[in-house]
Amino acid sequence: MSNSIRYILLVIGVVGFGYPFVWMISGSLKPEMEIGSLALWSVNFSLDSYRYVIDTIPITRAFLNSMIVSLSVTISVIVFGSMVGFALSKMRFIGRELLFLIILFTMMIPFQITLIPQYILMVWLGWTDSYLGLIAPSMMTAFSVLLFRQFFLSIPESLIDAARVDGCTNFRLLFQIVWPLSRPVIITVGIVTFMTIWNDVLWPIIIIRERSLMTMPQLVTLFVTGGEAEARLGPMLASATLLAVPVIVAYSFFQRYFIDSMASSGLKG
Amino acid sequence: MNIVKRVIAKYNDSERGAFLFILPYIIFFTAFVAYPLIFSFILVFHRWNIVTPMEWIGPGNLIRLFQDDLFFKAVGNTLIFLVIHIPLQIVVALVFALLLYSKIKGRGFFRSVYFFPFVVSGVVVTIVWMQLYSYEDGVLNTIVMWFGFERIPWLVHPSYAMPSIALMATWKNVGLYIILFLVGLQTIPSQLYEAANIDGASKIRQFRHITLPMLNPTIVVVFILSTIGGFSLFIEPYVMTGGGPMNSTLSAMLYIYNQAFNFSHMGYAAALGLVFALIILMVVLFQRKVIETEAYS
Repeated sequence: MSNSIRYILLVIGVVGFGYPFVWMISGSLKPEMEIGSLALWSVNFSLDSYRYVIDTIPITRAFLNSMIVSLSVTISVIVFGSMVGFALSKMRFIGRELLFLIILFTMMIPFQITLIPQYILMVWLGWTDSYLGLIAPSMMTAFSVLLFRQFFLSIPESLIDAARVDGCTNFRLLFQIVWPLSRPVIITVGIVTFMTIWNDVLWPIIIIRERSLMTMPQLVTLFVTGGEAEARLGPMLASATLLAVPVIVAYSFFQRYFIDSMASSGLKG
Repeated sequence: MNIVKRVIAKYNDSERGAFLFILPYIIFFTAFVAYPLIFSFILVFHRWNIVTPMEWIGPGNLIRLFQDDLFFKAVGNTLIFLVIHIPLQIVVALVFALLLYSKIKGRGFFRSVYFFPFVVSGVVVTIVWMQLYSYEDGVLNTIVMWFGFERIPWLVHPSYAMPSIALMATWKNVGLYIILFLVGLQTIPSQLYEAANIDGASKIRQFRHITLPMLNPTIVVVFILSTIGGFSLFIEPYVMTGGGPMNSTLSAMLYIYNQAFNFSHMGYAAALGLVFALIILMVVLFQRKVIETEAYS
């Protein structure tokens, strides 16, 4: 295949994957009448749709909620995941193999089984309509434990022994000696966890009814499906754009990390 | 006696600190994995709307499930989704991975554009595509009419709606699989192609007899990941169609959600979740088996 055909196909791909997003941003700025057209530029650009969204729904609050929830979960998954991964790879204790098997097993359980009972548990604990309800059930993942364990196995035993001989406690060993060596896994687990929680809608829809506690994708979903957008395309596209902007910003800075992390976790998962 | 001795020996050998490291996971596992799992098996045998006390009805929920046409329609819809989504995904991802796998300028740029829809929230993608698919004045129908065809009833006709959602989902996820195939292509030793060139094998034969077999592990991963993803199809129909028209986009997850949270049929929803999870496990294990035997035959 000649290289020019290759480039033509690749550029068609760029248009195919990129155009809808550009169209979304442009549509969010256009007056209602012009949104249907394929043109991306209009002389009548205005921020009216954004004003309508911001006046109608607490979108900034939702952004903060999403941030709080996603960051808490990510930190927790990294801290606890690395602790268990460390214990499984560098410490000796009874039931180590059993624990490892249990973790492997939990990865195979489809979430469809535990979804309803987990919701009921939240009701009993009184954690519906709270940050705790959004954060607690995701605080640890089998996937992160396995990634950490696998990575820690490659850290030479002699290094660990040397630190122990010097009287290093296990906590200091993990957080001061092993962590700095583990940047790649920490980034992978961090990005994958953060994106999963940031983009999740099903769980927030189930346990959050209170508008001021809704996460960003949830609030936008409600806005679009619940009639508040009054079936107007402009505000819908504006809300979608607002939802996409944080990800667009993060992605444009860290795209290499995003792609590498998600690809490597996909292969191992 | 021997076992006791061994356990004691092992206990003395184990580090006390280790317990502190795994304690958080044990608490988490008990509360959010083991307990819900056990409770789901109890819930299956009850009628319960969460407000009034639970009522034991034996296998009632399961009997009802096997007579519930709508559940089987929802599972069927999900399978229709998968049957369109997976092959399309593999073909498109493979084509783009092959296009990218050569000395090409701006490879990083192309990669990041193709990958972007995968990173963005499904809600964003769904809202945008809802407009693109609009029957009267959607962008896609405008293009279709340029070429002189009739408008396509993307989301409004029962036999078009699920394929349309599958097309959108492919567009959203294919970036991940392009990258996975690229990684796979890079692991194929170049000597294989050199040897084939010397033997005079055509590019197409090289693709069939070197590239495809060597990519088999990646294809298995893509198959299983997109199967699991496809079975949890929820937000796309929830936002786009609400399951319509005529329940043609009612996915199994959406049906379970409706039973639990619109009708408060907790016991029945738990039964649906359990049976659906068993279906998922069976399909995934079956796929594994088929693909693996294909590979070694």
